[in-house]
Amino acid sequence: MCAVRGLTKTYPAVRGRRGVPATPAVRATDDVRLDIRRGEIFGLLGPNGAGKTTLVRQLTGLMRPDRGSVEILGHDIVRHPERASRILAYLGQESTALDELTVSLAAETTGRLRGLHVRQARAERDAVLDELGLTPLAGRPLKKLSGGQRRLACFAAALVGERPLLVLDEPTTAMDPVARRAVWSAVDRRRAERGTTVLLVTHNVIEAETVLDRVAVLDRGRVIACDTPSGLKEQVAGEVRVDLVWREAAPLHVPEVAALRDRVVESGRRWTLRLAPDEARAVVATVTGGAAFAALDDFTLATPSLEDVYLALGGAARQGLVKV
Amino acid sequence: MSVVPAEVLPGSALPVEETVREAAELGPRARLWPSLCAVYRAQLSRARVARIPLLFVATFQSIGIMILMRGVVDGGGEARAVVAGSAVLVVAFVALNLLAQYFGQLRASGGLDHYATLPVPPAAVVLGAAGAYASFTVPGTVVTAVFGCVLFGLPLSHLWVLVAVIPLAGAALSGLGAALGLLAPRPELATLLGQLGMSAALLLGVLPADRMPEAVRFARDLLPSTYGVEAFARTFGPDPDWAFVLGDLAVCGVVGVVSLAVATWAYRRAAVR
Repeated sequence: MCAVRGLTKTYPAVRGRRGVPATPAVRATDDVRLDIRRGEIFGLLGPNGAGKTTLVRQLTGLMRPDRGSVEILGHDIVRHPERASRILAYLGQESTALDELTVSLAAETTGRLRGLHVRQARAERDAVLDELGLTPLAGRPLKKLSGGQRRLACFAAALVGERPLLVLDEPTTAMDPVARRAVWSAVDRRRAERGTTVLLVTHNVIEAETVLDRVAVLDRGRVIACDTPSGLKEQVAGEVRVDLVWREAAPLHVPEVAALRDRVVESGRRWTLRLAPDEARAVVATVTGGAAFAALDDFTLATPSLEDVYLALGGAARQGLVKV
Repeated sequence: MSVVPAEVLPGSALPVEETVREAAELGPRARLWPSLCAVYRAQLSRARVARIPLLFVATFQSIGIMILMRGVVDGGGEARAVVAGSAVLVVAFVALNLLAQYFGQLRASGGLDHYATLPVPPAAVVLGAAGAYASFTVPGTVVTAVFGCVLFGLPLSHLWVLVAVIPLAGAALSGLGAALGLLAPRPELATLLGQLGMSAALLLGVLPADRMPEAVRFARDLLPSTYGVEAFARTFGPDPDWAFVLGDLAVCGVVGVVSLAVATWAYRRAAVR
């Protein structure tokens, strides 16, 4: 339903001014090719600055690409960006346009601006607020709400006035588990009843693994992999992640521990290793017995996550993705 | 978390390659008037939370200026200019200054994306917001005009002309404010331009024109609020010349149409980058 071919966008270089250093030209999306199928939850995963938001802005007609094509449900969005608003609903990261409105008026106004009649907009507003459990907050202005509640209210506004494609840019940021569940069950209901497609931007690995049907991993503007979460994880199936947390410092006087040093990713007292299963077993045996055990605070063994996939694929961000 | 696997969707298994090549039907487009009304109503509701304190500031500022000028001006034409200028200043404060700030911040924070991804005509967003800001000025302008008339002993009989002055001066100034806010590359610049515009309306509108040097008088003629002030000031006279009043108001109207068109163009430009 959504086909992206050769999408490229370069932000021009900015000349430095006093107090502002110059920045070189940045290729925010680089020859991106994607196919999103009807009814799936398709994810864009990548660290901050990978080009996720730039890509989404080009898909929603908010930004013109330098090159490439975007076709959604048979409509050329590069040539007719104004059609995007009649095909998709977009939940951006900013809520400033709605902040001073009450939850109820934000949803109703958005519905009306999506072309609904007053009565229709009010009926849909009531249904959506009820579905998301926002009815008790309906009379409160958005900016008086907590971050997660405000996000949920913006999500509600995105749902009023049905669209076959929902483009959600980090929809569950700052939400508590109850609100997250409300979001995903609202998405599921629309998918099951109407075949709604969802394009989800996220850097939350756990959410990506649990809700997405397919995911494209973005790194420095390029799609470095695109598959189902389990398909991606198979690429690193031979690996196990070992996390070691030391009490104070790593016991480098133990030769076996010192030997691991150049293979770990260190962050404070935590060491992270990606190893073959029998290597991992040997490491665990070493650190849980003998001299190293005294210095060990905690350890975990885990099967690979999408974060490991990202690093294995050569993702640039050494720290990996944000894991919430 | 998601519990519906993609395979059980209506229409059974997903096709690997999309075979449908026909363009899907587009959702409805929001028409100008209904969406203008929706934006207007939403903007007006913001007034309750955010704008009332500022409206008090605007009104007290104008009343304070009139009280100050009471000691300088000795009735007659100058008093009319002061009262009319102070009343229109309330419009300049809210419609020009605050609207420039609002659009400047909306643009800088990415808030325009919300409107840009809705099928709403750009004119509806700009006119709805401009109309709402012009409406905020009504109570302040009326209070200022009545207070001024009482203070300077001017007739209250022609105050009804505010029914035309507020919307026309409001259109001209809010169009200018919206255009400044949407064109300014940075929000601080939008705020600065809004403030400067208001200061110009204050200095060139309230102070009697007769004592000004030629260059300043020329600048005064360029400012759209001047024509609102002139039209309003003329009606305080014993036998107002309605043709001139209409002429001044027509200038306001034309400037309003032009500046709102520029603001709509600026909105389009700011929304798709």
